[in-house]
Amino acid sequence: MLLKLTCLVPLFPLIGSIINGFFGLRIGKNAVGIIAAGSMALSFLTSILIFVGFLMLPEGQHVFEQVVWTWFGAGDFSVDFGFQVDPLTLVMMFVVTGVGFIIHVYAIGYMHEEFSFYRFFAYFNLFASMMLLLIMGNNFLLMFIGWEGVGCCSYFLIGYYFEKKSACDAGTKAFVVNRVGDFAFLLAVMYIFNIFGTIDFTEVMHAAPEKLIYAGEAVTIITFLLFVGATGKSAQIPLYTWLPDAMEGPTPVSALIHAATMVTAGVYMIVRCSALFNLAPMTMMIVAGTGAATAIMAATIGMTQFDIKRVLAYSTVSQIGYMILACGVGAYTAAIFHLVTHAFFKACLFLGSGSVIHGIHGEQDMRKMGGLKNYMPVTYWTFLVSTLAIAGIPPLSGFFSKDEVLYHALVDGHVFLWGMGIAAALLTAFYMFRLVFMTFHGESRVDPDVHPHESPKVMTMPLVILAGLATVGGILGIPLFHGWHILHNWLEPVLHFDLAIALENSKHMLHEAGRHAPSWADLLNPKEHNLWLEIFLMAFSACVAITGIVAAYIFYIKRPDLPAKFTKGQWGFDLVKNKYYVDELYDEAIVKPTVETSHLLWKECDAKAIDGTVIGTAKSIGWLSTQARAFQSGFVRNYALFIAVGFISLLLIMF
Amino acid sequence: MFLTFITFLPIIGAFFLAFFPKENEGAIKQTALAVAAADFLLSLLLWTNFDNSTHKMQYEFNVSWIESWGINYHIGLDGISLLLFVMTTFLTLICIIASWDVKKHIREYMMAMLALSTGMLGVFISLDLFMFYVFWEFQLVPMYIIVGVWGGPRRIYAAVKFFIYTAVGSLLMLVAILWIYFHIKETTGIATADILFITENISAPLDIQKWLWMAFFLAFAIKVPMFPFHTWLPDAHVEAPTAGSVILAGVLLKMGTYGFLRFNLPFFPQASYDFMPFIAWLSIIGIVYGALVAMVQEDLKKLVAYSSVSHLGFVMLGIFALNEYGIQGALIQNINHGISTGALFLLVGVIYDRRHTRMINEFGGLSKQMPVYAICFMIAALSSIGLPGMNGFVGEFLVLLGIFQVNGLWAACATSGVILAACYILWMFQRVMFLELKNPKNMNLKDINTRELITIVPLLILIFWIGLYPKPFMKTFDASVNHLVSKVSPDNFRPKKDHGSGGHHASLITKTELAKLNQKLQKTSHN
Repeated sequence: MLLKLTCLVPLFPLIGSIINGFFGLRIGKNAVGIIAAGSMALSFLTSILIFVGFLMLPEGQHVFEQVVWTWFGAGDFSVDFGFQVDPLTLVMMFVVTGVGFIIHVYAIGYMHEEFSFYRFFAYFNLFASMMLLLIMGNNFLLMFIGWEGVGCCSYFLIGYYFEKKSACDAGTKAFVVNRVGDFAFLLAVMYIFNIFGTIDFTEVMHAAPEKLIYAGEAVTIITFLLFVGATGKSAQIPLYTWLPDAMEGPTPVSALIHAATMVTAGVYMIVRCSALFNLAPMTMMIVAGTGAATAIMAATIGMTQFDIKRVLAYSTVSQIGYMILACGVGAYTAAIFHLVTHAFFKACLFLGSGSVIHGIHGEQDMRKMGGLKNYMPVTYWTFLVSTLAIAGIPPLSGFFSKDEVLYHALVDGHVFLWGMGIAAALLTAFYMFRLVFMTFHGESRVDPDVHPHESPKVMTMPLVILAGLATVGGILGIPLFHGWHILHNWLEPVLHFDLAIALENSKHMLHEAGRHAPSWADLLNPKEHNLWLEIFLMAFSACVAITGIVAAYIFYIKRPDLPAKFTKGQWGFDLVKNKYYVDELYDEAIVKPTVETSHLLWKECDAKAIDGTVIGTAKSIGWLSTQARAFQSGFVRNYALFIAVGFISLLLIMF
Repeated sequence: MFLTFITFLPIIGAFFLAFFPKENEGAIKQTALAVAAADFLLSLLLWTNFDNSTHKMQYEFNVSWIESWGINYHIGLDGISLLLFVMTTFLTLICIIASWDVKKHIREYMMAMLALSTGMLGVFISLDLFMFYVFWEFQLVPMYIIVGVWGGPRRIYAAVKFFIYTAVGSLLMLVAILWIYFHIKETTGIATADILFITENISAPLDIQKWLWMAFFLAFAIKVPMFPFHTWLPDAHVEAPTAGSVILAGVLLKMGTYGFLRFNLPFFPQASYDFMPFIAWLSIIGIVYGALVAMVQEDLKKLVAYSSVSHLGFVMLGIFALNEYGIQGALIQNINHGISTGALFLLVGVIYDRRHTRMINEFGGLSKQMPVYAICFMIAALSSIGLPGMNGFVGEFLVLLGIFQVNGLWAACATSGVILAACYILWMFQRVMFLELKNPKNMNLKDINTRELITIVPLLILIFWIGLYPKPFMKTFDASVNHLVSKVSPDNFRPKKDHGSGGHHASLITKTELAKLNQKLQKTSHN
């Protein structure tokens, strides 16, 4: 019966948001903070209760659904406002409510000087509520409410400092770019309804092997469209450009929305639809390729940035690339595993950077930092732990999860994908330690008027907790012995997919349609889990990570003059530093032509051609009337003349 | 009789207002408000007593009007007209509150508003072609006066353009009505213009059907307005006073879409099917074109006007999907557009009253000065974008779902409007509400006042209500739409073909029921 509490989880933050939004100014900052963080804590506790309730479900039942009301429908289409709880949802619920709670607490400290403190928390709570809706919805459209809802809150929060033009532009850009993804997502939902007659997750995933032909056109299009949706939300090529700009928002926003939760929604959605993606090998190739390419491309840009938050933003894009890569090779567990550990260490990194920015009064440029480790020890140590985790140093969480992704990329994917992944890992270790060295080590380059200080407890405690989680998070999936992989066993009911049956069905459907079914026999050979290969890969990637760290050490501690020498005048470096000019390209190729076309349409087509025709018609009728007026001159002699002419013409025609 | 009473109550009120002394503005406004409020509450009774289970006309009343020609005073409501009827009384009430501060000729203004209300209500209840035509033309007059007297600087130009454009469009419809009248008389021997009778008995050959269809099309397409007949709309909107714009967007445009549902589809199902691609492309062009042109507008009202062209494109697309999803989506989108666009026009009116300009570049940073106003504006704007959880999404999704069943490409083209909508609305919002408050004229703007809030808040509540629980609204037209679809469904006309755009997959797909059955079996076996 504990599961009946499901609908409360998104409700608590929603209520918090409404209270803070309407009465926040009156009840004071302390109350606002308590309500905001308290509602998240309640959600977290409820999630635990639901977890307990879920464990008590009878054997064999792996999903609990709760329909609150029927949302809307027409004809045989109907969509419920309903929630579902299954192992995947539970993992995400803990990430969102747990990490969300910690970041809410941190934000109380970070945002304390803000006048519109209440507005921030109203949006922040609303975001949490929408994110929970996204992961708990039992059908595509309810997920879409959350999907757009988080995008909308992200828009509000990026543009939180709405008097800054760059913040507004970034918010609008994020919304519009996300909409491009949503456009594809909506089409996918319509296509799914067209084929399945329902958009309920459980029903669709269950019926997928019966209704879709393996590698057929329908499933390829559907999954491709879904994936385009994911690239928008999860900031992958080609729709990643909004995420770095989104750093205009306050740092807790970057931590919660643009690192730990919202941007991983695309990964969650792909895993949720794994039954569809499993049937579409072509899409899977695109997914894996996009993920790997994004991982490496964002990592290269990350090496060249000086804004501490932008480095982290590109790092986020790159890490989500890993998750997408994992999805693309069918290693959904690895994707979720990396999603969870990434939520821990990246939230910690963002909050740490926030603590740094807070400590030196809003400076974000790493060239004006340095030597901060003595001033802010807690921030430094937690930051270091998380950096080691993201770089992939054993036995921290990032090591295990990243390694699992890479292992699957090699075994289930292609050596090429693995190569890109490992190269990105090298770059990650390098740029993350570049960040650490530039910020915390070496000579202080801080403005002499600024006195760096450690942040208050309300901010450092969350850092410690997250660093702790980043350390031990790897327990979820120590990959050496498959029996011990907790996450894998836990997600098994969601990800379970019998390819043999699906292929059999496809063959049957193709035969019925009178078409030849290709032989898919080689798809069915299960790949042996190669323990030694895995151990070797682990050792190798640890070495790669250490190489990256050492390189960063040489460049930024030993010989700080080297980076300038290497980069000066290099066109390649300029290209990367300017983010491959992708923003400029989009501006020139898409934004400007659209606006120009619109102007042209308005001035030329609308005003001149269409309205001109209308006015012209009216004018010519007017002109004709003026001409006709000549006949009505009022002189009898004229009328007599007309009669005579008419009579004569009539006679001429008749005879 | 009850329906007649509700319909004519406003014009009776207008008649009484004529005897009020001009100076007594308070009494005039209060009386107008009382009449509109009573009318709205009474119309709610129609809704609560409405039988959702039938497509048949309700509250029907039929007496002879011009006996020798067989013209009757025949009225009634069905699912298609009910909500439009209620929305008309509702928006009239909102508009009268919104016009509280009109300075010029307040008595005549209120009279025009009330007369307009009766004219619009009459259009939705008429079940006789001639009666319909009379109301259709009648409501032009008060609207013409409202724009022409209380409008902006170019009001005369806009009013005349509005009047002539729509009136010319309706002339061909009159010809078509006459043709139908004589045709019915010839084939059935009964001289009647009864819409229900005609719907049952009309049997024109296809090529004549097509001509008649086009005559009706022209009248309604101008009213909707569909691309390329839309150029009267931005002018009329820009010059009309706030309440005029709200009524224009909220109700007058809906008369066009209503006309398609009441006449074109049921009278000429075959022609409607044949013209489907034509309408679909015009609608898609309208959606994209309206959005693109809206994006570069400098005048707030013009921007909203062009966004209407885009939104009405969705409605038309839904109607001509000719299936339940599309038509139900179109009907709810009709209401949604009235609410969201009505709210946007009211909100633009709020700053126009304070600053006497609507130019976007005159503003910027208003949300600092007017926080409550900014929130209201944000909600209305997001609803206009079609954010799920708000009203616009329900309609748009059903329309797109409907058209997707017909043609995936059309659906894809139309869905791109979703991206463009975000562009023009958010860009406008940013320039008006965000950024620094630079213009000194905006420094002392007062936030939205209580009276203005009273006009906006009901619309905002409806935005979320329809967005989250549209059932009370949608169930009213369920039966009527099913009935309509059974008549116009493309399956009636085209040779038997696999449904769905999945092509060869479609035939392989076992039915939905089978999947659900499997599911159930699975569940029971687990337990």
